[in-house]
Amino acid sequence: MDATTIDGTVRFVPNRTQSWLGRLFDWKPFLVFLCMLPTIGLLVIFLTYPLGLGLWLSLTDTTIGHRGDYIGLENFWSLYDDPVFWGAVWYTIFYTAVATAGKFLLGLWLALLLNHHLPFKAFIRAIVLLPWIVPTVLSSIAWWWIYDPQFSIISYVFVNVLHLRDTYFDFLGAPWPARWSLIVANIWRGIPFVAITLLAGLQTISPSLYEAALLDGASSWQKFRRITVPLLMPILSVALTLSVLFTFSDFQLVYAITRGGPFNSTHLMATLAFQRAIPGAQLGEGAAIAVAMIPFLIVATLLCFFGVGRRKWQQGGDND
Amino acid sequence: MTGLTRRGALASGAALIGSSAIPLIGARAADLDVPTKDVAPPNFKPESGASLRVLRPAKFVDPDEVYFRANTKKFTEQTGIEVRVDFVGWEDLRPQTAVAANTGAGPDIIIGWGSDPQIYADKLIPMNDLADYLGAKYGGWHELALLYSRRWHSKDWLAIPMGGSGGASVYRKSWMNEAGFDRIPDDHANFLKMAEKLHKNGHPVGFALGHAVGDGNGFANWMLWSHGAALTDEAGKVSLDSKETIAALKFAKELYPFMVPGTLSWGDPSNNKAFVSGDISLTFNGVSIYFALKNSPDPKLQAIAADTYHQLEPFGTAKRPPQTALVVNAMAFKHTKYPNAAKEYLRFMMEAPQYAPWLANCLGYWSNPLKAYGKMAFWDGDPKLKPYIDVMDTPYYDAYRGPITAQSSTVAANYTLVDMFASVATGNATPEAAVKQAAKQAARYLKG
Repeated sequence: MDATTIDGTVRFVPNRTQSWLGRLFDWKPFLVFLCMLPTIGLLVIFLTYPLGLGLWLSLTDTTIGHRGDYIGLENFWSLYDDPVFWGAVWYTIFYTAVATAGKFLLGLWLALLLNHHLPFKAFIRAIVLLPWIVPTVLSSIAWWWIYDPQFSIISYVFVNVLHLRDTYFDFLGAPWPARWSLIVANIWRGIPFVAITLLAGLQTISPSLYEAALLDGASSWQKFRRITVPLLMPILSVALTLSVLFTFSDFQLVYAITRGGPFNSTHLMATLAFQRAIPGAQLGEGAAIAVAMIPFLIVATLLCFFGVGRRKWQQGGDND
Repeated sequence: MTGLTRRGALASGAALIGSSAIPLIGARAADLDVPTKDVAPPNFKPESGASLRVLRPAKFVDPDEVYFRANTKKFTEQTGIEVRVDFVGWEDLRPQTAVAANTGAGPDIIIGWGSDPQIYADKLIPMNDLADYLGAKYGGWHELALLYSRRWHSKDWLAIPMGGSGGASVYRKSWMNEAGFDRIPDDHANFLKMAEKLHKNGHPVGFALGHAVGDGNGFANWMLWSHGAALTDEAGKVSLDSKETIAALKFAKELYPFMVPGTLSWGDPSNNKAFVSGDISLTFNGVSIYFALKNSPDPKLQAIAADTYHQLEPFGTAKRPPQTALVVNAMAFKHTKYPNAAKEYLRFMMEAPQYAPWLANCLGYWSNPLKAYGKMAFWDGDPKLKPYIDVMDTPYYDAYRGPITAQSSTVAANYTLVDMFASVATGNATPEAAVKQAAKQAARYLKG
């Protein structure tokens, strides 16, 4: 750049001899694009490509060992006629709804308890996180033993110690007991996430609000209903969304404990997709089941965000 | 000389299961008792500068890997051909085989699952010369090897079968005697009587009716085949809806009350656990239950081992053993740069000086596809192993009667037959409804 003096004022005059490359880099839209390129690259490679490949596979008759041809929506029509698929859809929704409700009720309760002053508070909070920290495969195997028809610790206590029953529980041997058993295991694993998240939310609520309510003579229920719940809503909606997503796409618990049995009554969409795609070698069909999860996930996410957490803060405003 | 040495080799092999480093024992002794015919070996001249990559399933028991590696090392020492062997998890093997076959890159030899040679038939180096030589020298191939490793209904060899892992009846002799039986009856009516008696004595039988890939499908197939039923007809069309299948389903319903509770949720390890803990008197399984008991330092388990006997699965109306085996097939791919080296390697591995000690030290986890290896003295070292010798001498396979295709194992992977039997056994469906439902499910993948 060179500066020229005219009428006593100093003005910058762009250097006309600057190369096209220099000008390109001075151009703001280009720079913005350039800076975003690494992110775009990561997203394309690790998100768009696998998702796109899954979508494409679901429209083909690919099997393991045979590169498939495009067959349109045939996989989906064939699944439409498959009672096992609809059973899996139904159980996935049921599993997600019941387990999420359980996790939130118990998690909120636990968070409220932990929010009080307890001895060894930090230690207890750390312990509570354990089910969440332990790799799911490990805890699944522990649950598998707990539910074992021959070696269950629960059965042992009831039959051999307390003598309340003559026969062992058959937790996983019939459709409904198996479904509920898996839901209990899922709730156990999910509570810490909800409890700790909500606990973080509870601690952001100013104690002065409760003091003011106390002066006004509010009951415990009123304080909970009018102060705790509304102020917890933002974090509740985020936790709920994440929890629903985790639960809906659960795989490990079911695969390690029942593999979808007895007679396919506990298949989740994720386990069924895996079973059909990898051991069953029908990659196209498996991908179609996985793709069929997407609309459900989108609806669930939208419901959580707009149903529970519609607040102005989400659009950048303040809460009233 | 033979008996003593071999028994010694077997005993030390068994004792060493579980330790990671096993010295090469009895390698010389074990190959002497394989009856062979004098046949000139095919002259495969390995390409100069050849090296090989081999992919095979993860070991069953430690000696499986130890002897496989030792034999491979011996090959390298004798020929100068470097061979790298990779062991992969069982569920990963099929997808990796598919990738190698479709991309034309990767391992030169893959020791893959039974039906894979049929799927990749056009991508494999023909094995006629090697297979015919081995068959002539070692007393011929068992039927299951012929079915899986030759192009369907032809004499073209696509692969070299290396072993099969199959099941047998595993039972407690004292309890069987107590129930008034000296062996497991082969006919269904007496089988039911035996199960009823065992149940009454507090020692029920137990078979997997849950989503157990090996044991669940094995039990379902046994019920089907021992009643003369089959999933498909010769053309590969689903033929499940038959009066034989209905009979099998009715049998399952009658048997179920005499089984230990909880079999609907059994996975593959469940019957092992239940048998070892003394909860059941009879199940179908590989040799693993027996060896777990026999090699345990616990005297209580040792006592159970002494009381544990094996027998072929009951025949029912079948003429041949109504059971199948998990077969491994060595495939050499056309994309290899060293086809002769690959064939020479497989020949070397299948010859008695190498194959015999490997087989002997696998102690029945793998059974031989070549008949002569069934005559080795180590099988006599423990007479209880007898039913595992001829595991591959059977005409039955997954999706039996039709051609073996890519879809053959899909029905097993989806537990269609297991669920059919489980739903009828527990009274959740009538035989007629269950068979229609299962046939419909199977027809999603096979011809309807």
